[in-house]
Amino acid sequence: MGAGKVITIIDYNAGNIRSVLRACAEVGAGAVTTGDPALVSKANKIIFPGVGAAPSAMAYLQKTGLDVAIKNTFKAGIPVLGICIGAQIVLDSSEEGPQKCLGLVPGKTVRFRLNDKLLKIPHMGWNEVVVKQPHPLLDGIGAGDEFYFVHSFYPRPDNQQNVYAVANHGIDFCAALGYRNLFATQFHPEKSGRLGLELLERFTRWEGR
Amino acid sequence: MLSKRLVICLDVRGGKLAKSVKFVDTKDIGDPVARARRYYEDGVDELVFYDITASRENRDIMIDFVEEVASQIFIPFSVGGGIRSVADATRLRNAGAEKVNVNTAAVARQELISEIAGAIGSQSTILSMDVRRVTPTQDIPSGYEIVVNGGVTPTGIDALGWAVTGEKLGAGELVINSIDADGTKDGYALNLTRMIADAVSIPVIASGGAGKPEHLYDVLTAGHADAALVASIVHYGEYTCRQLKEYLHGRGIKVRMNY
Repeated sequence: MGAGKVITIIDYNAGNIRSVLRACAEVGAGAVTTGDPALVSKANKIIFPGVGAAPSAMAYLQKTGLDVAIKNTFKAGIPVLGICIGAQIVLDSSEEGPQKCLGLVPGKTVRFRLNDKLLKIPHMGWNEVVVKQPHPLLDGIGAGDEFYFVHSFYPRPDNQQNVYAVANHGIDFCAALGYRNLFATQFHPEKSGRLGLELLERFTRWEGR
Repeated sequence: MLSKRLVICLDVRGGKLAKSVKFVDTKDIGDPVARARRYYEDGVDELVFYDITASRENRDIMIDFVEEVASQIFIPFSVGGGIRSVADATRLRNAGAEKVNVNTAAVARQELISEIAGAIGSQSTILSMDVRRVTPTQDIPSGYEIVVNGGVTPTGIDALGWAVTGEKLGAGELVINSIDADGTKDGYALNLTRMIADAVSIPVIASGGAGKPEHLYDVLTAGHADAALVASIVHYGEYTCRQLKEYLHGRGIKVRMNY
Protein backbone atom coordinates (compact mmCIF):
# COMPACT_ATOMS: atom_id res chain seq x y z
CA MET A 1 0.00 0.00 0.00
CA GLY A 2 0.93 3.65 -0.38
CA ALA A 3 2.33 4.19 3.08
CA GLY A 4 4.61 1.20 2.65
CA LYS A 5 6.17 2.44 -0.57
CA VAL A 6 9.72 3.63 -0.50
CA ILE A 7 10.09 7.20 -1.74
CA THR A 8 12.84 7.82 -4.25
CA ILE A 9 14.37 11.27 -3.82
CA ILE A 10 16.08 12.40 -6.98
CA ASP A 11 19.63 13.54 -6.32
CA TYR A 12 20.72 15.75 -9.18
CA ASN A 13 23.34 17.91 -7.58
CA ALA A 14 20.83 20.59 -6.57
CA GLY A 15 21.25 20.86 -2.83
CA ASN A 16 19.01 20.13 0.15
CA ILE A 17 18.47 16.46 -0.75
CA ARG A 18 19.37 15.43 2.78
CA SER A 19 16.91 17.88 4.34
CA VAL A 20 14.17 16.16 2.39
CA LEU A 21 15.51 12.73 3.36
CA ARG A 22 15.54 13.67 7.04
CA ALA A 23 12.03 15.10 6.85
CA CYS A 24 10.81 11.84 5.29
CA ALA A 25 12.44 9.94 8.16
CA GLU A 26 10.69 12.22 10.64
CA VAL A 27 7.27 11.30 9.19
CA GLY A 28 8.16 7.60 9.17
CA ALA A 29 8.54 7.26 5.41
CA GLY A 30 11.16 4.99 3.92
CA ALA A 31 13.19 7.03 1.45
CA VAL A 32 16.31 6.65 -0.63
CA THR A 33 18.23 9.14 -2.71
CA THR A 34 19.54 8.35 -6.16
CA GLY A 35 20.90 10.02 -9.23
CA ASP A 36 20.64 6.86 -11.32
CA PRO A 37 18.00 7.09 -14.10
CA ALA A 38 17.55 3.31 -14.05
CA LEU A 39 16.52 3.41 -10.38
CA VAL A 40 14.27 6.43 -10.97
CA SER A 41 12.52 4.47 -13.73
CA LYS A 42 11.72 1.71 -11.24
CA ALA A 43 10.54 4.03 -8.45
CA ASN A 44 7.09 3.75 -6.85
CA LYS A 45 7.00 7.30 -5.64
CA ILE A 46 9.25 10.25 -6.40
CA ILE A 47 10.29 13.46 -4.71
CA PHE A 48 11.94 15.89 -7.06
CA PRO A 49 13.50 18.56 -4.82
CA GLY A 50 16.04 21.23 -5.54
CA VAL A 51 17.44 24.62 -4.84
CA GLY A 52 19.55 26.70 -7.17
CA ALA A 53 19.02 27.67 -10.77
CA ALA A 54 16.82 26.15 -13.48
CA PRO A 55 19.46 26.24 -16.25
CA SER A 56 22.07 24.27 -14.32
CA ALA A 57 19.43 21.90 -12.98
CA MET A 58 18.12 21.16 -16.48
CA ALA A 59 21.63 20.77 -17.90
CA TYR A 60 22.43 18.20 -15.22
CA LEU A 61 19.18 16.29 -15.77
CA GLN A 62 19.81 16.11 -19.53
CA LYS A 63 23.43 15.09 -19.15
CA THR A 64 22.54 12.22 -16.84
CA GLY A 65 19.40 11.08 -18.64
CA LEU A 66 17.33 11.81 -15.53
CA ASP A 67 15.07 14.05 -17.62
CA VAL A 68 13.84 11.10 -19.65
CA ALA A 69 13.51 8.90 -16.56
CA ILE A 70 11.39 11.54 -14.79
CA LYS A 71 9.15 12.06 -17.84
CA ASN A 72 8.60 8.31 -18.19
CA THR A 73 7.77 7.73 -14.54
CA PHE A 74 5.37 10.66 -14.65
CA LYS A 75 3.68 9.20 -17.74
CA ALA A 76 3.48 5.81 -15.99
CA GLY A 77 1.31 7.39 -13.27
CA ILE A 78 3.84 7.24 -10.42
CA PRO A 79 3.13 9.91 -7.76
CA VAL A 80 5.64 12.76 -8.08
CA LEU A 81 6.20 15.59 -5.61
CA GLY A 82 8.24 18.54 -6.88
CA ILE A 83 9.74 21.06 -4.47
CA CYS A 84 10.99 24.59 -5.30
CA ILE A 85 13.11 24.23 -8.47
CA GLY A 86 11.27 20.93 -8.80
CA ALA A 87 8.04 22.93 -9.09
CA GLN A 88 9.54 25.24 -11.71
CA ILE A 89 11.26 22.97 -14.21
CA VAL A 90 8.24 20.66 -14.58
CA LEU A 91 6.77 23.46 -16.75
CA ASP A 92 7.70 24.04 -20.40
CA SER A 93 10.24 26.82 -19.88
CA SER A 94 11.77 29.27 -17.40
CA GLU A 95 12.74 32.91 -17.70
CA GLU A 96 15.86 32.02 -15.77
CA GLY A 97 17.43 30.74 -18.97
CA PRO A 98 16.82 29.81 -22.61
CA GLN A 99 16.73 26.06 -21.99
CA LYS A 100 13.64 23.93 -22.41
CA CYS A 101 12.30 22.47 -19.20
CA LEU A 102 10.63 19.11 -18.61
CA GLY A 103 7.25 20.13 -20.02
CA LEU A 104 5.18 17.87 -17.77
CA VAL A 105 2.69 20.68 -17.11
CA PRO A 106 1.84 23.45 -19.61
CA GLY A 107 3.24 26.75 -18.39
CA LYS A 108 6.25 28.91 -17.75
CA THR A 109 8.39 29.87 -14.77
CA VAL A 110 8.69 33.63 -14.45
CA ARG A 111 10.62 36.17 -12.39
CA PHE A 112 8.98 38.40 -9.81
CA ARG A 113 8.52 41.88 -11.21
CA LEU A 114 7.67 44.08 -8.30
CA ASN A 115 6.94 47.75 -8.29
CA ASP A 116 6.87 48.07 -4.54
CA LYS A 117 10.46 48.78 -3.49
CA LEU A 118 9.73 47.47 -0.01
CA LEU A 119 9.18 43.97 -1.37
CA LYS A 120 12.44 42.11 -1.51
CA ILE A 121 13.74 39.52 -3.95
CA PRO A 122 14.40 36.71 -3.25
CA HIS A 123 11.06 36.12 -1.59
CA MET A 124 12.49 34.52 1.53
CA GLY A 125 10.71 33.60 4.72
CA TRP A 126 7.36 32.46 6.02
CA ASN A 127 4.26 33.28 4.04
CA GLU A 128 0.63 32.25 4.12
CA VAL A 129 -0.45 29.64 1.59
CA VAL A 130 -4.06 29.98 0.46
CA VAL A 131 -5.70 26.87 -0.96
CA LYS A 132 -7.62 27.58 -4.20
CA GLN A 133 -8.86 24.06 -4.92
CA PRO A 134 -8.97 20.97 -2.73
CA HIS A 135 -6.23 18.42 -3.23
CA PRO A 136 -5.36 15.35 -1.14
CA LEU A 137 -1.93 16.81 -0.35
CA LEU A 138 -3.43 20.09 0.89
CA ASP A 139 -5.99 18.46 3.18
CA GLY A 140 -6.20 20.26 6.50
CA ILE A 141 -4.38 23.44 5.45
CA GLY A 142 -6.41 26.37 6.70
CA ALA A 143 -6.47 30.11 7.13
CA GLY A 144 -3.21 31.59 8.36
CA ASP A 145 -1.11 28.47 7.71
CA GLU A 146 2.38 29.54 6.66
CA PHE A 147 5.18 27.77 4.81
CA TYR A 148 8.82 28.58 4.17
CA PHE A 149 9.84 30.05 0.81
CA VAL A 150 13.20 30.94 -0.76
CA HIS A 151 13.00 31.87 -4.45
CA SER A 152 13.19 34.62 -7.07
CA PHE A 153 11.13 32.87 -9.76
CA TYR A 154 7.74 31.19 -9.52
CA PRO A 155 5.78 28.71 -11.65
CA ARG A 156 2.94 30.06 -13.80
CA PRO A 157 0.86 27.20 -15.23
CA ASP A 158 -1.10 28.09 -18.38
CA ASN A 159 -4.27 26.60 -16.97
CA GLN A 160 -5.74 28.00 -13.82
CA GLN A 161 -7.08 24.53 -12.96
CA ASN A 162 -3.47 23.44 -12.33
CA VAL A 163 -3.05 26.10 -9.61
CA TYR A 164 -3.96 24.57 -6.26
CA ALA A 165 -2.61 27.21 -3.87
CA VAL A 166 -1.29 30.73 -4.00
CA ALA A 167 0.78 33.03 -1.79
CA ASN A 168 1.10 36.79 -1.98
CA HIS A 169 4.30 38.76 -2.51
CA GLY A 170 3.19 41.94 -4.22
CA ILE A 171 1.05 39.70 -6.43
CA ASP A 172 -0.71 36.39 -5.89
CA PHE A 173 1.58 33.72 -7.32
CA CYS A 174 1.27 29.97 -7.68
CA ALA A 175 2.57 28.31 -4.50
CA ALA A 176 1.39 24.80 -5.36
CA LEU A 177 0.47 23.23 -8.67
CA GLY A 178 -0.98 19.88 -9.59
CA TYR A 179 -1.56 17.90 -12.75
CA ARG A 180 -2.61 14.26 -12.71
CA ASN A 181 -0.10 12.30 -10.59
CA LEU A 182 2.21 15.31 -10.17
CA PHE A 183 2.02 17.78 -7.32
CA ALA A 184 4.60 20.49 -6.72
CA THR A 185 5.16 23.20 -4.15
CA GLN A 186 7.18 26.38 -4.55
CA PHE A 187 7.65 26.39 -0.77
CA HIS A 188 9.79 23.93 1.16
CA PRO A 189 7.68 21.44 3.15
CA GLU A 190 10.89 20.00 4.62
CA LYS A 191 11.65 23.40 6.20
CA SER A 192 8.09 24.38 7.12
CA GLY A 193 7.77 22.81 10.55
CA ARG A 194 4.82 20.65 11.51
CA LEU A 195 2.60 21.81 8.63
CA GLY A 196 5.26 20.93 6.09
CA LEU A 197 5.89 17.53 7.63
CA GLU A 198 2.17 16.83 7.53
CA LEU A 199 2.13 17.56 3.80
CA LEU A 200 5.00 15.09 3.30
CA GLU A 201 3.17 12.54 5.40
CA ARG A 202 0.10 12.93 3.16
CA PHE A 203 2.35 12.37 0.15
CA THR A 204 3.43 9.02 1.60
CA ARG A 205 -0.24 7.97 1.48
CA TRP A 206 -1.09 9.55 -1.89
CA GLU A 207 -1.71 7.22 -4.82
CA GLY A 208 -1.45 9.98 -7.40
CA ARG A 209 -5.15 10.52 -7.92
CA MET B 1 2.96 39.05 2.62
CA LEU B 2 5.98 37.73 4.48
CA SER B 3 5.77 37.41 8.23
CA LYS B 4 8.19 39.09 10.57
CA ARG B 5 10.45 36.46 12.07
CA LEU B 6 11.34 35.54 15.63
CA VAL B 7 14.91 34.26 15.62
CA ILE B 8 16.62 32.61 18.57
CA CYS B 9 20.38 32.56 18.88
CA LEU B 10 22.07 29.72 20.69
CA ASP B 11 25.73 30.24 21.50
CA VAL B 12 27.39 26.88 21.36
CA ARG B 13 30.67 25.97 23.00
CA GLY B 14 31.91 22.43 22.60
CA GLY B 15 28.37 21.26 21.85
CA LYS B 16 26.88 23.04 24.88
CA LEU B 17 24.60 26.04 24.99
CA ALA B 18 26.07 29.21 26.42
CA LYS B 19 24.83 32.75 26.82
CA SER B 20 27.19 35.64 27.02
CA VAL B 21 26.69 39.04 28.57
CA LYS B 22 28.54 41.76 26.73
CA PHE B 23 30.52 38.94 25.12
CA VAL B 24 32.48 38.07 28.27
CA ASP B 25 31.88 35.73 31.15
CA THR B 26 30.08 33.00 29.24
CA LYS B 27 28.52 30.18 31.14
CA ASP B 28 27.07 26.93 29.87
CA ILE B 29 23.37 26.41 30.34
CA GLY B 30 22.51 23.10 28.71
CA ASP B 31 22.08 20.83 25.70
CA PRO B 32 21.60 22.99 22.60
CA VAL B 33 19.95 20.32 20.46
CA ALA B 34 17.25 19.66 23.07
CA ARG B 35 16.78 23.40 23.44
CA ALA B 36 16.54 23.88 19.70
CA ARG B 37 13.89 21.19 19.47
CA ARG B 38 11.89 22.81 22.26
CA TYR B 39 12.00 26.23 20.57
CA TYR B 40 11.08 24.63 17.26
CA GLU B 41 8.00 23.08 18.79
CA ASP B 42 7.17 26.38 20.49
CA GLY B 43 7.09 28.25 17.17
CA VAL B 44 10.45 29.92 16.65
CA ASP B 45 10.79 30.85 12.97
CA GLU B 46 14.51 30.43 12.59
CA LEU B 47 17.51 29.49 14.72
CA VAL B 48 21.09 30.69 14.74
CA PHE B 49 23.84 28.56 16.23
CA TYR B 50 26.95 30.45 17.04
CA ASP B 51 30.10 28.46 17.67
CA ILE B 52 31.78 30.72 20.22
CA THR B 53 34.96 28.69 20.38
CA ALA B 54 35.27 28.61 16.61
CA SER B 55 38.60 26.87 16.71
CA ARG B 56 39.80 24.75 13.85
CA GLU B 57 39.89 21.69 16.12
CA ASN B 58 36.23 22.25 16.84
CA ARG B 59 35.17 22.13 13.17
CA ASP B 60 34.30 18.45 13.09
CA ILE B 61 32.35 18.68 16.35
CA MET B 62 30.37 21.51 14.80
CA ILE B 63 29.60 19.50 11.66
CA ASP B 64 28.32 16.59 13.79
CA PHE B 65 26.33 19.07 15.82
CA VAL B 66 24.72 20.57 12.69
CA GLU B 67 23.80 17.10 11.42
CA GLU B 68 22.15 16.34 14.73
CA VAL B 69 20.21 19.63 14.73
CA ALA B 70 19.09 19.06 11.14
CA SER B 71 17.62 15.69 12.05
CA GLN B 72 15.65 17.25 14.91
CA ILE B 73 14.28 20.53 13.62
CA PHE B 74 12.47 21.22 10.36
CA ILE B 75 12.72 24.96 10.01
CA PRO B 76 15.62 27.02 8.61
CA PHE B 77 18.67 27.50 10.78
CA SER B 78 22.03 29.14 10.28
CA VAL B 79 25.45 28.55 11.72
CA GLY B 80 28.17 31.06 12.47
CA GLY B 81 31.49 31.36 14.19
CA GLY B 82 34.89 30.85 12.64
CA ILE B 83 33.78 30.43 9.02
CA ARG B 84 36.86 31.36 7.03
CA SER B 85 36.46 29.71 3.65
CA VAL B 86 34.06 28.47 1.01
CA ALA B 87 34.94 24.95 2.14
CA ASP B 88 33.80 25.73 5.72
CA ALA B 89 30.55 27.22 4.43
CA THR B 90 29.84 24.39 2.01
CA ARG B 91 30.44 21.72 4.64
CA LEU B 92 28.01 23.37 7.05
CA ARG B 93 25.45 23.85 4.28
CA ASN B 94 25.74 20.22 3.25
CA ALA B 95 25.42 19.10 6.87
CA GLY B 96 21.98 20.73 6.94
CA ALA B 97 22.38 24.42 7.77
CA GLU B 98 20.14 26.55 5.56
CA LYS B 99 22.45 29.53 5.86
CA VAL B 100 25.89 30.43 7.17
CA ASN B 101 26.99 33.56 9.00
CA VAL B 102 30.29 35.23 8.30
CA ASN B 103 31.70 37.97 10.48
CA THR B 104 35.35 38.50 11.44
CA ALA B 105 36.82 36.62 8.49
CA ALA B 106 34.80 38.74 6.05
CA VAL B 107 36.15 41.91 7.61
CA ALA B 108 39.67 40.56 7.22
CA ARG B 109 39.04 39.53 3.60
CA GLN B 110 35.82 40.83 2.10
CA GLU B 111 35.96 38.64 -1.03
CA LEU B 112 34.94 35.83 1.30
CA ILE B 113 31.35 37.09 1.07
CA SER B 114 31.21 36.91 -2.72
CA GLU B 115 33.00 33.57 -2.76
CA ILE B 116 30.50 31.99 -0.36
CA ALA B 117 27.53 33.61 -2.12
CA GLY B 118 28.84 32.24 -5.41
CA ALA B 119 29.12 28.75 -3.97
CA ILE B 120 25.93 28.39 -1.93
CA GLY B 121 23.84 31.37 -3.05
CA SER B 122 23.19 34.83 -1.65
CA GLN B 123 20.06 33.58 0.11
CA SER B 124 22.28 31.33 2.21
CA THR B 125 24.97 33.91 2.94
CA ILE B 126 24.44 36.05 6.02
CA LEU B 127 26.78 38.86 6.98
CA SER B 128 26.82 39.29 10.74
CA MET B 129 28.26 42.46 12.13
CA ASP B 130 29.10 43.46 15.66
CA VAL B 131 28.68 47.19 15.98
CA ARG B 132 29.69 49.71 18.63
CA ARG B 133 28.72 53.32 18.93
CA VAL B 134 31.59 55.80 18.63
CA THR B 135 32.06 59.52 18.16
CA PRO B 136 31.62 60.18 14.42
CA THR B 137 34.87 60.81 12.56
CA GLN B 138 35.84 61.25 8.94
CA ASP B 139 36.43 57.49 8.64
CA ILE B 140 33.36 56.54 10.67
CA PRO B 141 30.78 59.13 9.65
CA SER B 142 27.77 57.11 10.82
CA GLY B 143 29.11 57.01 14.38
CA TYR B 144 28.93 53.22 14.41
CA GLU B 145 32.07 51.11 14.12
CA ILE B 146 32.54 47.46 13.24
CA VAL B 147 34.27 45.47 15.97
CA VAL B 148 35.50 41.91 15.52
CA ASN B 149 36.76 38.87 17.39
CA GLY B 150 33.65 38.59 19.50
CA GLY B 151 33.27 42.32 19.94
CA VAL B 152 36.67 43.17 21.39
CA THR B 153 38.75 44.44 18.46
CA PRO B 154 37.89 47.80 16.83
CA THR B 155 38.46 47.94 13.08
CA GLY B 156 38.04 51.57 12.10
CA ILE B 157 35.37 50.47 9.61
CA ASP B 158 32.09 52.35 9.39
CA ALA B 159 29.17 50.01 10.07
CA LEU B 160 26.81 51.65 7.58
CA GLY B 161 29.39 51.52 4.81
CA TRP B 162 30.17 47.90 5.64
CA ALA B 163 26.50 46.91 5.47
CA VAL B 164 26.17 48.45 2.00
CA THR B 165 29.41 46.80 0.88
CA GLY B 166 28.22 43.45 2.24
CA GLU B 167 25.05 43.62 0.19
CA LYS B 168 27.01 44.52 -2.96
CA LEU B 169 29.32 41.57 -2.38
CA GLY B 170 26.38 39.21 -2.31
CA ALA B 171 25.23 38.86 1.28
CA GLY B 172 21.57 37.92 1.26
CA GLU B 173 20.81 39.03 4.78
CA LEU B 174 22.39 41.06 7.58
CA VAL B 175 22.54 40.47 11.31
CA ILE B 176 23.10 43.76 13.11
CA ASN B 177 24.34 43.07 16.59
CA SER B 178 24.76 46.04 18.87
CA ILE B 179 27.59 45.47 21.34
CA ASP B 180 26.28 48.39 23.41
CA ALA B 181 22.83 46.85 23.73
CA ASP B 182 23.87 43.20 23.96
CA GLY B 183 23.03 41.75 27.35
CA THR B 184 21.51 44.96 28.70
CA LYS B 185 17.85 43.97 28.20
CA ASP B 186 17.14 47.66 27.64
CA GLY B 187 15.93 47.22 24.07
CA TYR B 188 17.47 46.96 20.63
CA ALA B 189 19.60 49.71 19.12
CA LEU B 190 16.72 51.18 17.14
CA ASN B 191 18.55 54.02 15.41
CA LEU B 192 21.37 51.76 14.28
CA THR B 193 18.98 49.08 13.01
CA ARG B 194 16.77 51.52 11.13
CA MET B 195 19.72 53.35 9.60
CA ILE B 196 21.07 50.12 8.13
CA ALA B 197 17.70 48.61 7.19
CA ASP B 198 16.87 51.75 5.23
CA ALA B 199 20.20 51.71 3.41
CA VAL B 200 20.03 48.13 2.08
CA SER B 201 17.42 46.12 0.21
CA ILE B 202 18.17 42.78 1.90
CA PRO B 203 16.49 41.60 5.11
CA VAL B 204 17.89 42.79 8.42
CA ILE B 205 17.88 40.76 11.63
CA ALA B 206 18.22 42.95 14.73
CA SER B 207 20.27 41.52 17.58
CA GLY B 208 21.21 42.60 21.07
CA GLY B 209 19.20 44.12 23.88
CA ALA B 210 15.90 42.24 23.92
CA GLY B 211 14.47 42.26 27.44
CA LYS B 212 10.72 42.57 26.96
CA PRO B 213 8.20 41.80 24.19
CA GLU B 214 7.81 45.55 23.58
CA HIS B 215 11.42 45.67 22.47
CA LEU B 216 10.68 43.22 19.67
CA TYR B 217 7.67 45.26 18.63
CA ASP B 218 9.77 48.42 18.59
CA VAL B 219 12.55 47.03 16.43
CA LEU B 220 10.11 45.40 13.97
CA THR B 221 8.23 48.69 13.57
CA ALA B 222 10.33 51.79 14.39
CA GLY B 223 13.57 49.85 13.80
CA HIS B 224 12.47 48.65 10.33
CA ALA B 225 13.89 45.16 11.01
CA ASP B 226 12.58 42.06 9.25
CA ALA B 227 13.41 39.79 12.14
CA ALA B 228 14.15 40.11 15.84
CA LEU B 229 16.79 37.92 17.41
CA VAL B 230 16.50 36.96 21.06
CA ALA B 231 18.58 34.81 23.38
CA SER B 232 18.61 35.16 27.16
CA ILE B 233 14.94 36.11 27.55
CA VAL B 234 13.99 32.69 26.22
CA HIS B 235 17.02 30.73 27.45
CA TYR B 236 16.31 31.66 31.08
CA GLY B 237 12.59 31.09 30.74
CA GLU B 238 11.38 34.66 31.12
CA TYR B 239 9.29 34.32 27.98
CA THR B 240 8.32 31.50 25.68
CA CYS B 241 8.28 31.85 21.90
CA ARG B 242 4.52 31.64 21.99
CA GLN B 243 4.26 34.48 24.51
CA LEU B 244 6.49 36.68 22.38
CA LYS B 245 4.57 35.88 19.21
CA GLU B 246 1.18 36.31 20.84
CA TYR B 247 2.29 39.72 22.04
CA LEU B 248 3.43 40.76 18.55
CA HIS B 249 0.34 39.28 16.92
CA GLY B 250 -1.85 41.11 19.42
CA ARG B 251 -0.24 44.38 18.44
CA GLY B 252 -0.89 43.82 14.76
CA ILE B 253 2.47 42.47 13.62
CA LYS B 254 2.15 39.70 11.03
CA VAL B 255 3.86 36.69 12.58
CA ARG B 256 3.47 32.97 12.01
CA MET B 257 0.97 31.76 14.60
CA ASN B 258 0.05 28.30 13.28
CA TYR B 259 2.76 25.76 14.09
